[in-house]
Amino acid sequence: MTALTLPASSDCAPAPRAVLRERGQREVFCGLTGIIWLHRKVQDAFFLVVGSRTCAHLLQSAAGVMVFAEPRFGTAIIEERDLAGMVDCNAELDRVVDRLLARRPDIKLLFLVGSCPSEVIKLDLSRAAQRLSLKHTGATRVLNYSGSGIETTFTEGEDACLAALVPELAETTRGAAPELMIVGALPDVVEDQFLRLFAQLGIPRVHSFPARRAGAMPPVGPNTRFLLAQPFLGETARALEDRGAVRLDALFPFGAEGTTAWLHAAAVAFGIDEMHFRAVIAPGRERAKRAIAHARDRLGGKSIFFLPDSQLELPLARFLAQELGMVPLEVGTPYLHRAHMARELALLPAETVISEGQDVDRQLDRVRAARPDLTVCGLGLANPLEAEGLTTKWAIELVFSPIHGFDQAGDLADLFARPLRRRDVLKV
Amino acid sequence: MQLTVWTYEGPPHVGAMRIATAMEGVHYVLHAPQGDTYADLLFTMIERRGKRPPVTYTTFQARDLGKDTAALFQTAVREAIDRFAPQALLVGASCTAELIQDDPAGLASALRLPIPVIALELPSYQRKENWGAAETFYQLVRALCPSAKAEAQPRRDGPHTPSANILGPTALGFRHRDDVVEITRLLGTLGIAVNVVAPLGATPADLARIPDADFNISLYPEIADTACRWLERTHGQKTVRTVPIGYGATRDFIAEVAALAGVDPTAALDTSRLPWWSRSVDSTYLTGKRVFIFGDATHAVAAARVARDEFGFEVVGLGCYNREFAREIRTAAQLYGLEPLITDDYLEVEDAIAKLQPELVLGTQMERHIAKRLRIPCAVISAPVHVQDFPARYSPQMGFEGANVLFDTWVHPLVMGLEEHLLTMFRDDFEFSDHAGASHLGHGAAPIFPREPQEAAPTPSANGGGEATAGVAPAPLHPLAEGAELSPAPAPAEPGKDQEGWSAEAERELLKIPFFVRGKARRNTERYATEHGIAAITLDTLYDAKAHYAR
Repeated sequence: MTALTLPASSDCAPAPRAVLRERGQREVFCGLTGIIWLHRKVQDAFFLVVGSRTCAHLLQSAAGVMVFAEPRFGTAIIEERDLAGMVDCNAELDRVVDRLLARRPDIKLLFLVGSCPSEVIKLDLSRAAQRLSLKHTGATRVLNYSGSGIETTFTEGEDACLAALVPELAETTRGAAPELMIVGALPDVVEDQFLRLFAQLGIPRVHSFPARRAGAMPPVGPNTRFLLAQPFLGETARALEDRGAVRLDALFPFGAEGTTAWLHAAAVAFGIDEMHFRAVIAPGRERAKRAIAHARDRLGGKSIFFLPDSQLELPLARFLAQELGMVPLEVGTPYLHRAHMARELALLPAETVISEGQDVDRQLDRVRAARPDLTVCGLGLANPLEAEGLTTKWAIELVFSPIHGFDQAGDLADLFARPLRRRDVLKV
Repeated sequence: MQLTVWTYEGPPHVGAMRIATAMEGVHYVLHAPQGDTYADLLFTMIERRGKRPPVTYTTFQARDLGKDTAALFQTAVREAIDRFAPQALLVGASCTAELIQDDPAGLASALRLPIPVIALELPSYQRKENWGAAETFYQLVRALCPSAKAEAQPRRDGPHTPSANILGPTALGFRHRDDVVEITRLLGTLGIAVNVVAPLGATPADLARIPDADFNISLYPEIADTACRWLERTHGQKTVRTVPIGYGATRDFIAEVAALAGVDPTAALDTSRLPWWSRSVDSTYLTGKRVFIFGDATHAVAAARVARDEFGFEVVGLGCYNREFAREIRTAAQLYGLEPLITDDYLEVEDAIAKLQPELVLGTQMERHIAKRLRIPCAVISAPVHVQDFPARYSPQMGFEGANVLFDTWVHPLVMGLEEHLLTMFRDDFEFSDHAGASHLGHGAAPIFPREPQEAAPTPSANGGGEATAGVAPAPLHPLAEGAELSPAPAPAEPGKDQEGWSAEAERELLKIPFFVRGKARRNTERYATEHGIAAITLDTLYDAKAHYAR
């Protein structure tokens, strides 16, 4: 039985770590991309992007071009006559929304999603949302957030979406017992696993945010303790804190150690007995360790370079370094939230370069100079780097796969091991 | 504002990227916010290119807007020139940068760069991808070709090898890679030299040599027509406009080329297998199959001719998504006595297909998905395309080999010859029923459950019957697409229509008709009932209608 190594519960931040900040071309998605998983997570929500043909094209390209069913997202494409003032943009938007809701009366929650063009022409979507909410009272709630590329990078779209939902959440009963909220869209299977674990720990009231249906969003208040399941939810956390909720600081739930620490933070906050905690998590923790053992042989000692993508980079690099013995050379992140990342940063090797932002050509120069065993990057870069003889892992798969928790730790390790295994088996 | 679920074309700057990426020695500095870089993955993932598109995005952010986005643009230009050392530079704006009006043209010219700079004005809120590609190619040709008539064509004396340019093939084009090989080979047989292929594989220096050729071949009018017209006007080069898709069109193309070049066409009128494959008795079952055709105008028009004249199909629907070529599609539609469907609204196309219940759909990646949902066989004939439409094998659409490819590709999704009869005769065999689908497709895959318009749609499995329907395995770009395919299908195409009209007995009889004609039988019976004022559809109505529509 492996001894549990739990990180100290406080004060793990040494001297602030040097961060390479870069400003230049970014090879990342904008925040609209989050719609691709959010529209499946909340099953009666619809995401209407108010933007250009580029926005529509981005969504279908990022979604693998095609979805079998009619998706619960669409784009209201701004046209020349909207810009030239020949029609009233707000009237046009109302018309589009009316048509949409007539077609899809099952939609209970409609997000108007701002884009680069709508931000630049200063189309006031929050007023439009208020107006349309009033118009469709009782049938559909209309909210807005921005997924524009001038303000958000990839997963920040989910952050903006959830932050927009927070003011809508009901107030918890004054003086009620503490409740736990898991924050961040997780695959349903992972969410269910966590809920089972918390139930076994004896934490009675546990909510997921976002819920799977618009009408089932959890209440929030001073008795809310929340755990961030995703590392990119800075604005959402602030909005929840504004409502009095308290964030439980923890490592993010990746790998055996990360998941243990994350669950432990809740156990401590809810006064769960330490022996009981260990007993409850032991089976999952052991399974996780067994599941990643085979990948450890392949990944141990291998160097890895993360290009910025989803803000998952730091926790994943910590998992790979701590549990699989990989050597992170550079870990790039589009945005570094120092407070939420403090524990993660403390566990990364001192030699690892942390970079924030991007100048893609300079960063690729560093990749080529370092020749890492594995480079984690976006879809636009993976094949070109492979063609140069570098082994890559598509970053987007890390966002679209169940990777959290004990029972996904093996899958997560395998996502990194597979490209190396493939490189070894191919004789072409 | 236009409500859009899926788009057939990207914005015009993606068209410009298709030109820049196709060429060598060109770089494109695009004034754009972060996120617009998604377009790179079209080339690296869908087309599997091993190089990044030669595009620098300025990546301005909200906080830059009040400050100096123009300086950002100029820095990006300088750094791109230093790093990539292009022979010519394209500059332009994406949809957002168009709104902030930084004037990339003026900013770039102020830098006094040592190479030709071509400024692109691509109105994002009016135009689309194909137009953007055509405009970019035209601007490049105009800027890089030596100014016209000053340098009159030196007419060589003595034996002259006629030469032609092949214009139009781009990056991310549907089978452009292979069409170029096929047409080059064909011209070689005729003794015609290929002077320049552009934009695919051409350098700026190559574009300057375009006027050296005797004539131009507008292989893809959507891309090349604007440039060809300019070359006609300015350099007096004639244009070959027949698009050699299909057996007949290839012969016409050879005749047109040979006449222009003054060569004997007979050398090139070689064998295609299509005529015999089509005349051979096994193909009898293709006769009169009802086909719906949609794509870019050029491919749709060509496919309609092949479908009717070379396969013996009946064209029941014809349309295109690019309004710029509406005239071409209208003219063609008249030949088939049809009202053309000219729209870029995917839902409208879906409605049309659901109403017509064709036996085969020839379309784009989008129609492939519509057909998959409606359980109608489908083959892809036009962009927009997906990763599986870039096959590893040689697979042109043009020329005689292209005609062979068309025969195989269009026939493949159909249930074949005698198998069709066996399915009709012995529907209830537990191993060999229409629930199993065509026997040459998707062994071991989930069976095709024919979805009746009135039935609730079964939740399709991720690797389900669509494989058979589409004729190619769905290859999602990443796992999400598979997950997404698990989503419930939308409301049936014609909900509740005439539901009470069918008696239970007639419904049961309808289920005995094989899936690939069941939709048509239902539609014909209902039309017959409507036309004859019959409210309740009985077994007799079903067979009366069958007799009425017998052919």
